[in-house]
Amino acid sequence: MANMVKLTINDTAVEAPAGTLLIDAAKLAGIEIPAFCYYEGMSLQAACRMCLVEIEKAPKLMAACVVPVGEGMVVRTESPAVVKARKTTLEFLLTNHPLDCPVCDKGGECELQDMVFKYGAGESRFTEVKQHVPEKQWSPVVFYDGPRCILCYRCVRVCNEGMGVGALGIVNRGVAAEIAPSHGDHLECDECGLCIDICPVGALTSGAYRYKTRPWEMEHVGTVCTHCSNGCKTTLGVRNNEIVRGNNRDRSGLNGEFLCVKGRYAFDFNHHPERLQAPLMRINGKLEEVSWARALQAVVEKFKAGGKAGVVGSTRISNEEAFLLQKFARTALKTNNIDHHRSGDVVTLLDSLSGKTATLGNVDDCYNSKAVLIVGADISQQQPFLANQIRANYRHHKAGIYVATSGAVREDKIAKGSVRTTDSEWLAGVESMREKLKGESELLVLFGDSVKGEGVRKLVAFGESLGIPVKYICLVDYANSRGAMDMGLLPDLGPGYHAVEGAPGMTLPQMMAATDLDLLWIVGANPLARHTLASSNAFVVVQDLFLTETAQRADVVLPAASAYEKNGTVTNVTGQVQRLKRGVETVGAKTDLAIIGLIARGMGVNLGKVDADAVFAEIQKTVRGYNVSLPVIVTGGAAQTMPVNGRVASTVLPELIQSSRDTLFTTGTLTRYSKILNEVMEAPGGLYR
Amino acid sequence: MKLYNPPSPLETKVISKRFGVENSWRLDTYLATGGFEAFKKVMEWTPDQIIDEVKASSLRGRGGAGFPTGLKWSFVPKNVEGPKYIVVNADESEPGTCKDRLLMEHDPYQMIEGILIAAKAVGATKGWVYIRGEYRYLIDHFDSVLKEAYQRGYLGKNIAGTGFDFDLYSQTGAGAYECGEESALLESLEGKRGVPRIRPPFPAVSGAFQAPTVLNNVETFSTVPEIIRGGGKWYADLGTPKNGGTRMVCLAGHVNKPGVYEVPLGMNMMYFINEIGGGMWKGKKMKATIPGGSSCPILRADECDIPMDYDSMAKAGTMLGSGGMMVMDEDTDMVKIALRIMRFYKHESCGWCIPCREGTTWLQKMLSRIVDGNGAMRDVDMVGELAKSMLGRTFCPLGDAAAMPTISIVEKFRPEFEAYVARNPFASSELVQVG
Amino acid sequence: MTFSPELEARFADLLTHYPPGRQRGALIPMLMYAQDEVGAVTPDLMAELAKRLDISVLQVDEVVGYYSMLHKKPQGKYHIQICTNVACMLRGGAELYEHACKKLGVGHKQTQASGKFSLEEVECIGACSWAPAIQVNYDFHHEVTVSQLDQVLEGLQ
Repeated sequence: MANMVKLTINDTAVEAPAGTLLIDAAKLAGIEIPAFCYYEGMSLQAACRMCLVEIEKAPKLMAACVVPVGEGMVVRTESPAVVKARKTTLEFLLTNHPLDCPVCDKGGECELQDMVFKYGAGESRFTEVKQHVPEKQWSPVVFYDGPRCILCYRCVRVCNEGMGVGALGIVNRGVAAEIAPSHGDHLECDECGLCIDICPVGALTSGAYRYKTRPWEMEHVGTVCTHCSNGCKTTLGVRNNEIVRGNNRDRSGLNGEFLCVKGRYAFDFNHHPERLQAPLMRINGKLEEVSWARALQAVVEKFKAGGKAGVVGSTRISNEEAFLLQKFARTALKTNNIDHHRSGDVVTLLDSLSGKTATLGNVDDCYNSKAVLIVGADISQQQPFLANQIRANYRHHKAGIYVATSGAVREDKIAKGSVRTTDSEWLAGVESMREKLKGESELLVLFGDSVKGEGVRKLVAFGESLGIPVKYICLVDYANSRGAMDMGLLPDLGPGYHAVEGAPGMTLPQMMAATDLDLLWIVGANPLARHTLASSNAFVVVQDLFLTETAQRADVVLPAASAYEKNGTVTNVTGQVQRLKRGVETVGAKTDLAIIGLIARGMGVNLGKVDADAVFAEIQKTVRGYNVSLPVIVTGGAAQTMPVNGRVASTVLPELIQSSRDTLFTTGTLTRYSKILNEVMEAPGGLYR
Repeated sequence: MKLYNPPSPLETKVISKRFGVENSWRLDTYLATGGFEAFKKVMEWTPDQIIDEVKASSLRGRGGAGFPTGLKWSFVPKNVEGPKYIVVNADESEPGTCKDRLLMEHDPYQMIEGILIAAKAVGATKGWVYIRGEYRYLIDHFDSVLKEAYQRGYLGKNIAGTGFDFDLYSQTGAGAYECGEESALLESLEGKRGVPRIRPPFPAVSGAFQAPTVLNNVETFSTVPEIIRGGGKWYADLGTPKNGGTRMVCLAGHVNKPGVYEVPLGMNMMYFINEIGGGMWKGKKMKATIPGGSSCPILRADECDIPMDYDSMAKAGTMLGSGGMMVMDEDTDMVKIALRIMRFYKHESCGWCIPCREGTTWLQKMLSRIVDGNGAMRDVDMVGELAKSMLGRTFCPLGDAAAMPTISIVEKFRPEFEAYVARNPFASSELVQVG
Repeated sequence: MTFSPELEARFADLLTHYPPGRQRGALIPMLMYAQDEVGAVTPDLMAELAKRLDISVLQVDEVVGYYSMLHKKPQGKYHIQICTNVACMLRGGAELYEHACKKLGVGHKQTQASGKFSLEEVECIGACSWAPAIQVNYDFHHEVTVSQLDQVLEGLQ
């Protein structure tokens, strides 16, 4: 326990660890000291002067954001002198700030508005001409209105310190000082929008959201981002059954308020005009809209007819849907021909770590581990939140960062060791850093899809040989890539990585290549984007949001609900289970869970009660590692699954594992349906494209 | 190199004694007049001995804040690894101040020797002289001096055969008053915007390039060799208790003999203005004086009969500051003076903190409006009130520097403001005419 | 972007002044000296210095906008800077400035169409005891009267 310091704030006795800033100590005691520029976890500015407080024996008011607690300190945060200082500081701020709150996009959730409401003057004494500059658009999603800017430098810091991008700066001097973008008149950056989110006023606004609604007219639905595998909470702002905003300002998820461009803006695929809203059936060679009853009837008939069936699941459907899909395949269709597109070799990793404990890393380890090694992945592009955690770890804990990648990555800048390797020769690169790594006290290893099969075993052997505690994270692509494996969307492994009864089924490429396949059921995947289907006679049923390449080949297409339209759970890259919460619905689409249930009912198959909660209860009981705390999940938290500890009997063919190596601005097939992502990609430049 | 004003026989020339000597800036001249004797002397001393001698001199920083120099040096941590640096503040920008120029022009080696003594006292190995960009002629001059010093072995390795090593460079500023503030200067030295740093840590602990640094004004360093030569006590006795020695005072404004003069601390201000400065010009009467640069509260003529030392000035509610004394005659328009001062601080505000950035802007606009004849009585109260709202609340002393003269001018010359307002036909306490 | 050999030599020397890895310290001197040669802080110059010091152009831009002597647009062949701060004001600085405005036909921070003269009303230039003072480019003129100003201006070709 750190040395505790005793002090008095507003006549309340407060104890805080030595070194705590006064503003934080007051917060611990439930006393709010207002501030604009102070922001937890970022460098100190002492610029806004809102946090000035009275400290006995100090000659003048002191900024609580830079003064550490002192033994016996007597502090007053609401004394007449303090309140007067706040009032005048706000009065100064408002001299050049527009007083047009009713038409400002930030109105209703503006920190300046709140502060003026609480401490501000009732009268405006400023009668001079205001300093004015026109608003500027810096990117498809970022607008800057200089006059509203109060120069708290939060945006500059979150971009530089938080994101490691440094695309925002301060130009000019004095009252003309303003924030400027990286490339003169425009931004070339991650477009993560954290600068907008963190802006206390309406200076930085979102091109996707501005002037669409008033904040109090939205409902806020916290759910999990459906794009990459990091599992960030995104709080959807919903108005009239439309998602108008994504953010996580309430820091309710494992990501705090971090979101990348996808989590913040790429919800727009959901309302794309090409969303399927009625089932399609191939009639006389052409896909035509039909009723749900007719489409389901056709599917049920074909499923009942039997034959050689193949089932392809998704990396974006919920755990419940994946679980039910494999259960249906294995019990009703009586086949192990079930698979999904695999992007990381979790299976071999679990097997290699058999018998060891505390060897699987998680999101917190990224922030806390004394050292981090990244092998074969551009995490700032592909795993943005994990990358953010690692940067924060470096910033706050001076963690040792090591990188072995094929190209330059953002982490190079903060790395103690950085080598360029190829996908096949990464081990030599890692070996070259052996001595440095041995000098660390612990290590977290993140590896991408170039490390697979035997490679995973070699990497684990390397870790073992360092003589320090090592944890591993096998990186995967999408929101439920991990859950798809955990739920047994695999031909040789059932839920919880148990070997299947009977012979292993066909893998995804095998199904595609089989000329004698009679039935192919594809739920939320687009394998025909990269494979060709050999069996010309196969009856193809596709559940999807859009008419993908795969759906175009289908005999029946069933319009599916997106992740933002369903309840359920997903499991992120490090095995944390979180709840999906329905925010909107698309008329005509059904959740994959409901569709599977309807097909089962049509076939007279009893899958038990088909609703998300009931299926999750079954998962908790039957899937190894998933006996997690329900209250944690129900309240929107992230529950860590217990790692499967034991041999996993599987012969992983390395060629099955292939990451799509998305960039920050792509998200598999969904990319083409997100207008924002496309606009951002077409905008000039691109820091890390 | 020419002198800009004739010396006065009433000066006490300690650090300006070589001014006017032929080739005073050359090493040979310096060596022939006792140069580097002090440096050689302290090579035999311990660091603490040097610091104690400087403490005994009661030398206080000549840049404006008047912090005791010996104490400042003693804050540099001993027994720490890594480099330590010396930085000279030659960013002379406080309106009214023009003395460091002369010291560097006429006697640069005196400053260099002072730097070397400070380096010996704290264990520094490298230093920069940060010179304001407008003084380009001086930078070029000083660069030639540095070149000579290196060539003759008075900088670099094994200085003057003593085994002591030290590197010294010039560094140009680029036009920013704020860089006269020591931590802003250090930011500028690192190639950044001149925005002050949060302190602590102070430069003595984390200064230039985050290494322990002694940062003093040109005049402060220039004084050190004479202190070592004559002894701390000798120097202290030149002035008054706690206000040791002499200082350079830049006399400007409505006097007959404006100029830079070296006088002992504690000299009576009226005596200085009348006897050394030749009294008021054109037979006018004095109205007011800003005693130490534009950030110092103004003194009415009747308040000027006081000794010029740090403590007496403080008692009179003002400061000795950087030695920039500006004398104003009876015809001076004090409202315009207040506006001109505020215009300056508005121009120089770095913009970092709210009260200074917005306060100076607002006050400048309001004072302009009053001068333009569009003021209201309420504005006169507000000028003082807004200035007080900046006082003590800004991130760095620039806000105070803008506030202090303004508050004092409004308090002491309020009728002049009221007279301006009275000329506005629309002015009343209720009605505000927007300019 | 290329500079004269003298400037390159100066840059090379400058870069040795700073602790290892802290060469950014040379930014402001490099900007000042390069501006004298190039005539202004051009986008090319900013990009070049950013490259040489391994910082972003934005980081250079932040600095350029901060310092009043750095200018992105070229000034006249003779940049006339007239101080009107208190000490100069007390001795006729403002009148000098007004006279210069009329005489040169340009105002604050403006340049004659011919490019010969540009004018700037500057803050204290540290010549208070010899006021009023002006600077023509980097050259000081002290205790300047209106007629002396005329002489100075007429003497410049």
